Amino acid sequence: MLGALFYILIFPGFLFLVFSGLTAEFIDRKIYARLQNRVGPPWFQAYADFIKLLAKEDIVPAESNPKMFRVAPVFALTAAITAFLYIPLWGKEALLSFNGDVIIVLYLLTLPTLAFFIGGWYSTSLYSRLGAVRSLMQLFAYEVPLFMGILASALLADTWSLKEMVIFYTAHPWFWMFNLTGFAISLVSLLGKLEKVPFDIPEAETEVVAGGFTEYSGRMLAYLRLTLDVEMVVGSSLLALVFFPFGLNLGPLPGFLLFLFKVLFILGLISLLRTVVARLRIDQMVNFCWKYLVPLALLQILLNLILKGTLLR
Amino acid sequence: MHDSKDFKIPIGPQHPALKEPEGFSVALKGEKILGVDIRLGYNHRGIEKAAEERTYVQDIYLIERVCGICSHSHSTCFVQAVEEIAGLAVPIRALYIRTIIAELERIHSHLLWLGVAGHEIGFDTLLMYSWRDREVVMDILAAITGNRVNYGMNTIGGVRRDIDAQQTEDILKALTILEERTKYYIEVATQETTIIKRLSGVGILSREDVLRLDAVGPTARASGVKRDVRADDPYAAYAELSFKVITDDHADVYGRTVVRVKELMESYKIIRQALKNLPAGPLTVRAPRKIPVGEAISRYEAPRGEDVHYVKSNGTEKPERVKIRAPTLANVQAVKHMLRDRYLADMPIVVAAIDPCFSCTDRMVALKEEDCARAKIINWQTLHAFSIEWYKQQGIDFTELNKKLQDKLKG
Repeated sequence: MLGALFYILIFPGFLFLVFSGLTAEFIDRKIYARLQNRVGPPWFQAYADFIKLLAKEDIVPAESNPKMFRVAPVFALTAAITAFLYIPLWGKEALLSFNGDVIIVLYLLTLPTLAFFIGGWYSTSLYSRLGAVRSLMQLFAYEVPLFMGILASALLADTWSLKEMVIFYTAHPWFWMFNLTGFAISLVSLLGKLEKVPFDIPEAETEVVAGGFTEYSGRMLAYLRLTLDVEMVVGSSLLALVFFPFGLNLGPLPGFLLFLFKVLFILGLISLLRTVVARLRIDQMVNFCWKYLVPLALLQILLNLILKGTLLR
Repeated sequence: MHDSKDFKIPIGPQHPALKEPEGFSVALKGEKILGVDIRLGYNHRGIEKAAEERTYVQDIYLIERVCGICSHSHSTCFVQAVEEIAGLAVPIRALYIRTIIAELERIHSHLLWLGVAGHEIGFDTLLMYSWRDREVVMDILAAITGNRVNYGMNTIGGVRRDIDAQQTEDILKALTILEERTKYYIEVATQETTIIKRLSGVGILSREDVLRLDAVGPTARASGVKRDVRADDPYAAYAELSFKVITDDHADVYGRTVVRVKELMESYKIIRQALKNLPAGPLTVRAPRKIPVGEAISRYEAPRGEDVHYVKSNGTEKPERVKIRAPTLANVQAVKHMLRDRYLADMPIVVAAIDPCFSCTDRMVALKEEDCARAKIINWQTLHAFSIEWYKQQGIDFTELNKKLQDKLKG
């Protein structure tokens, strides 16, 4: 009982994720700033922002539905944190694992977006509603290529369990190389999930102020922002595990360091991508996802099916 | 105007997309814009009226503050009108120096615009880069004039500061840096895929519409209308300098971007020529305190387009009337036209593409709408009494405090 509480609340649960999420935000902001020729924030900036927001007043708009408005941020954060419990950080074992947990992780990662929609919709402000609708519209565009990219890798391993995938890729060391297209697709889709440029359409400040977050303040805004940070860590950990499944039998410390290195690499890629492009319009974004990402993902699946029929026979 | 079932979203008077207060009421259907209502008047400062209360020399500094970005444009335009009424022959060196400052100002304005445009389409990297490079020209302006904005260079009959050999060298050095950077921006603006996706085909204003709506400056030139006061009706030293009027046929936001970045290259050329040919001579002629009776219109190509000043004098040391037509006033109607059938996401960049300066544009506006039945004009005394009464109703009584204040002032 005590052990379970430790796992859920401290490591690798809530506390660890809060710290790593805020650190990830700092790393992202720092890289972004350095690439833009700026100094960037000091290391404690993300923590300071978070603590400051916790201390601020919570304002619930009179027109909103207070219950839904309050529940959405907590719901989003919980879902994002729960997803992390299924991801093996080093070695082959995650905290929780069963056959089909890939689907669960992806599902749990979808929930925050739905919570953003609900929170934005029930704030009833014009900007919030526009932002909420945009985030839902965007969900339909990036979710399919993201699922296809990640499941293509699972398909090659012939399992729906992250643990089994790790075992397969440890047994076939160089097979992850075949999934690099899938990695590119998933990385771009992840940008949509994290609402980062070029897919920060739901919270494009020059158009809809802060989108679904417009009416949020204080603690609830802190949770929403933390959710995005945690999602960033969970998303990059998932990508690191699924697409770079090597060196997983090194033991705890070297394994953990290697894992950190992989996550940092993916974080760096995310920051780099958002530095070099402009924000797309929602119609362009949907077009891009369905016209380019989905066919590419289909190709990846086809390739993996052929591999299964030939090399792995 | 629109069906009440439409989704009407207010962009402004306070909104992250706008740097100054201005009201845009956008009627939406999904993400599509059905119509836009523009409401000016949030930033009225009464400069035209204030100018009538001050002497001509004081007015130069007042009118310089019409706009924070094109301050030299407004003061030069005003000074030109006064000089025309007074019949002053401004020394050629002064005209050259005015031209150099004008072009440096255009560089800083266009670089600023490029950054703002980048920000509006969510490309903050461009903002950071172009504003960093803008510092180079800002430093030069500060070195020559002593100020980063509101340079205070003009006076009636000439300029107040000279450009010496050391400064000339500094300017030329800065131009080399800027030229190299601008070439890079031309490359970025014309080749980067996401920028082109967001800019081309957005905010189309055809040649006919430019002529019909009287758009000015880069907005007009991007639609292929060769309209530039510097070439059409040369003032200052422009008649003696050779430069190209940049036009473009895209007629959209992309075209406006291309026109602006290419104009930067022309500005460097103009400054180089002006510095090379800078004639020797005095900086000012003596101007009379009292300007003779008369009136004049002066035109000037500000970075945003044609700026028009009208000055009427009555033989005293104060003008009788000063009228300012800032370029944004000419362009703002075109925005409504450009936004027709576009997406909400295009709204910020289309508005930004005319490089609006709303505080220059704002004049007194009397609102007479049907739904505004309470509106009435009341005088100062009534307003004062009303405010005291209103606060009393809220339970706040300042009578005691006022008495204390009065006693303190007496004692």
